[in-house]
Amino acid sequence: MANADCIIIQGSNMAECHPVGFQWVAEAKARGAKVIHIDPRFTRTSAVADKHLPIRAGSDVVLLGALINYVIANDLWFKEYVTAYTNAATLVHEDYRDAEDLGGLFSGFDPEKGAYDNSSWAYDEADEGAIGEPAGPEHGAEAGARASGDTFGSGGPPLEHAEVLRDDTLQDPRTVFQIVKRHYARYTPEMVRDMCGISEADFAYLAKTITENSGRDRTTCFAYAVGWTQHSLGAQFIRAAAILQLLLGNVGRPGGGIMALRGHASIQGSTDIPTLFNLLPGYLPMPSAGRHDTLEEYLKANASKNQKGFWADADAYTISLLKAWWGDAATADNDWAYDYLPRLTGAHGTYETVMSMLRDEVEGYFLLGQNPAVGSAHGRMQRLGMSHLKWLVVRDLNMIESATWWKDGPEIESGELRSEDIETEVFFLPAATHVEKAGSFTQTQRLLQWRHQAVAPPGECQSELQFFYELGHLIREKLAGSQDERDRPLLDLTWDYPTDDHGDPDPESVLAEINGRHLTGPDAGKPLSAYTELRADGSTTAGCWIYTGVYAEGINHAANRKPGQEQGPAATEWGWAWPANRRILYNRASADPAGKPWSERKKYIWWDEDQGKWVGEDVPDFPPTLAPGSKPDPSVGGPAALSGDDPFIMQSDGKGWLFAPKGLVDGPLPTHYEAQESPVANRLYPQQQSPARLKYPRKDNLSAPSAGSPGTDVYPYVFTTYRLTEHHTAGGMSRWLPYLSELQPEMFCEVSPELAAERGLEPYGWATIISARSAIEAKVLVTERMTPLTVGDHTVHQIGLPYHWGVGNSAVVSGDAANDLLGVTLDPNVQIQESKVASCDIRPGRRPRGPELLALVAEYQERAGLTVETGNRTVTDPAEGEHPGGPTP
Amino acid sequence: MQSVCPYCAVGCGQRVYVKDEKVVQIEGDPDSPISRGRLCPKGSASEQLVNSPGRQTKVLYRAPRAKEWQRLDLSTAVDMIADRFIESRRRTWQQEDDEGRLLRRTMGIASLGGATLDNEENYLIKKLFTAAGAVQTENQARI
Repeated sequence: MANADCIIIQGSNMAECHPVGFQWVAEAKARGAKVIHIDPRFTRTSAVADKHLPIRAGSDVVLLGALINYVIANDLWFKEYVTAYTNAATLVHEDYRDAEDLGGLFSGFDPEKGAYDNSSWAYDEADEGAIGEPAGPEHGAEAGARASGDTFGSGGPPLEHAEVLRDDTLQDPRTVFQIVKRHYARYTPEMVRDMCGISEADFAYLAKTITENSGRDRTTCFAYAVGWTQHSLGAQFIRAAAILQLLLGNVGRPGGGIMALRGHASIQGSTDIPTLFNLLPGYLPMPSAGRHDTLEEYLKANASKNQKGFWADADAYTISLLKAWWGDAATADNDWAYDYLPRLTGAHGTYETVMSMLRDEVEGYFLLGQNPAVGSAHGRMQRLGMSHLKWLVVRDLNMIESATWWKDGPEIESGELRSEDIETEVFFLPAATHVEKAGSFTQTQRLLQWRHQAVAPPGECQSELQFFYELGHLIREKLAGSQDERDRPLLDLTWDYPTDDHGDPDPESVLAEINGRHLTGPDAGKPLSAYTELRADGSTTAGCWIYTGVYAEGINHAANRKPGQEQGPAATEWGWAWPANRRILYNRASADPAGKPWSERKKYIWWDEDQGKWVGEDVPDFPPTLAPGSKPDPSVGGPAALSGDDPFIMQSDGKGWLFAPKGLVDGPLPTHYEAQESPVANRLYPQQQSPARLKYPRKDNLSAPSAGSPGTDVYPYVFTTYRLTEHHTAGGMSRWLPYLSELQPEMFCEVSPELAAERGLEPYGWATIISARSAIEAKVLVTERMTPLTVGDHTVHQIGLPYHWGVGNSAVVSGDAANDLLGVTLDPNVQIQESKVASCDIRPGRRPRGPELLALVAEYQERAGLTVETGNRTVTDPAEGEHPGGPTP
Repeated sequence: MQSVCPYCAVGCGQRVYVKDEKVVQIEGDPDSPISRGRLCPKGSASEQLVNSPGRQTKVLYRAPRAKEWQRLDLSTAVDMIADRFIESRRRTWQQEDDEGRLLRRTMGIASLGGATLDNEENYLIKKLFTAAGAVQTENQARI
């Protein structure tokens, strides 16, 4: 970011939520870069930006789409980059129909399942065919259920092959370029004014600033956080930015890209090595029954040997993982113990699990440094779900609300639950802090950094490493001798790690297993140096193939600590970044098709003709000796099929995807839909909400009506949730610290002076905020930082709610939880909830206590005429509007 | 001792100062090319994360229908958890689906958490739960 000439921060309050990272934005600005902050709230990020553009929460695709339209219509796209490095020239099959033609739906929509059959979005193929997926089509409903979008965390969706048809003039109406151009033609500055609440003059400033700072000599960077991800079409927000950045040539270059600002120390690591239901390490999918029943089916579905790039070798990554886990028990004869892996049969994400708890299908639950009673959407559903468990294990540093809901939670206060009726056994096990154990975190730029242990954990505190090592040991001991076939995967599991005097396993030995080693040949036993050494014949292991190399030569490279001041800007000798210690992904794109830097100013990786290899500031993200002009036959498949101008080496055609023929379940191009709850009608399409969003029509998960249909005025305002500098998510690591609690002691809401006047809210007095699910109270902060927006013919008031507090008696500071207001509606690609925009009312005074709180929520629901159908129509009926809940008109 | 801040994902370098086997101060690491010695209010307060008087250091147990916690020693607790894990797994085991396809799993055990933990810890959790057939492991990345 320090190398950017323009930085757009949207969906993030970087200065307050990632303050130390923000120093690089400040560095860029000091060198003359423009910084623009686009956010519903004016924050400290806005205060130091060149400009703040207040935006209506949830309307980002309109704005980004209008920027795409501006770039194309004004011929400001980076022609050489776009033609060579993206799929702009690729032809799409003639069966494809755009959302522009079908009232906001793409071809292939299945209204019964509320999902797409995406086969018509495919690339065109010679002889009138279409390039499908190697294992055949998968219905969007099934792909969405396994949150298949997550599997593209280290590479793109598979294709049968990469023999695409191209029109390098980009004139054919079926080229990606022309499709993108048509799709965004109605995303105009006027539309931005009427949907986002951003004036035409402000849009012109934004568009001009970005385009003047993109090209050979200059680069623009985007930064986002959960302000983009937590929407019913969150993945498409980021896709929209990706299209814009590709069109401007801002990917794979210094000062370019799209920076995901993640909020937990190792949330990237826990995605790479996933404690997630749908993934295995390194973004390999968890097998699904019916699609991945055999190893052969599994490997075929993940990648074709005929597609381009390094994902074609996913068989080697998979079998090396199975060898790491089951050692000698994984043999060629038993398909490397593939059948030891459990199978998915649908959506098993955290929100599904909570609903399963309410159906008494889940008996035991582990909470490991996470506080869902406060931090997950729909807190009441979370807590009631836990009250159905037989046993709950909470491992944390502090006595968080998720451990105490049975004695002092909101439902005890309201009378919905009584402690003496709750059967759940609760174990609280104290955890070790970051300085009481050694191990690696992976930060937001894929950089692994090792922490050394400073002291031993106090009392009975333990690391998760020790706890799970011992639990695994004990379970295996108790099952020893079992003849039950189901116990084989546990008993055959490799589970021998050297321990110290306290029984703590050596974390470096686990890192070595993650890295992998040679099993046979002259190097047997030696750590692998690179994932390209992995083989599909059982001769290598790797617990997470993208991390292979972190332990090359038996050295813990995550612990590399050459001081930054002694290194160049890429600082490649501090920590270790996956893959292969590359700091900028796809950096071959920092050179032109001939291999020369686009400009002296933006020089990064280039082709050295004399040495016959790629050289520069970073580890080249490209086959090291593949010359720029190489044109191998694409039918050879795999890395060998990559051309010298295919910088996107993990994509199945080597190109950056403007249009996504595969991989997304809710459309090949980002398209604006309103949120699940919105007072505003979608002006772009008759379709109000994303037709493929995951809906949960339940009595305990009601939605407010939208778009002026009856009852919308009962919840007339928009709220958005956010973080403060002084607290950390649900507060488990901040509300128990006296320093931080003193700095931010209580829950508040931010409202504009206009809204305060409209509702009679007194500064520093109390307000009650009511949604279709719950009601909470907060102190009132009246501030011009909140701007009422004129959107179409009415004014939209937005309310800001920090979400750090929870109800309980153990923390230094407590308060109502903003997440209690939220419902559960999810993005179908990744199953993330929509929590950055929802509808509410606000009124002065504290909320009622006891059963009267429930009565207040019910009175609102009744007045708005809510039923389980409200807001949950899949395809909007334009005649009827969005609201099907009331009497039939 | 060199360490890394445990809060957000910027990954600021920390220096942890220890005296008599106790953490006495945590400061920014000037060598870090990411943070250049700086820490935000949370990172600066992280010494209290370690030494806060309200921190729990003992195992507690809440029996069914109880109104209060009781003490339990660690090894008893882990043994009880292992028993419950095995029993719940057995009770809720799904070997095949209706069409006879292999499932080899339990939907009776779930977990949430990992984004604040180490890679090595996530690795052991995923490995153990997958081998046990407990597919519902999730963390903040879903949220």
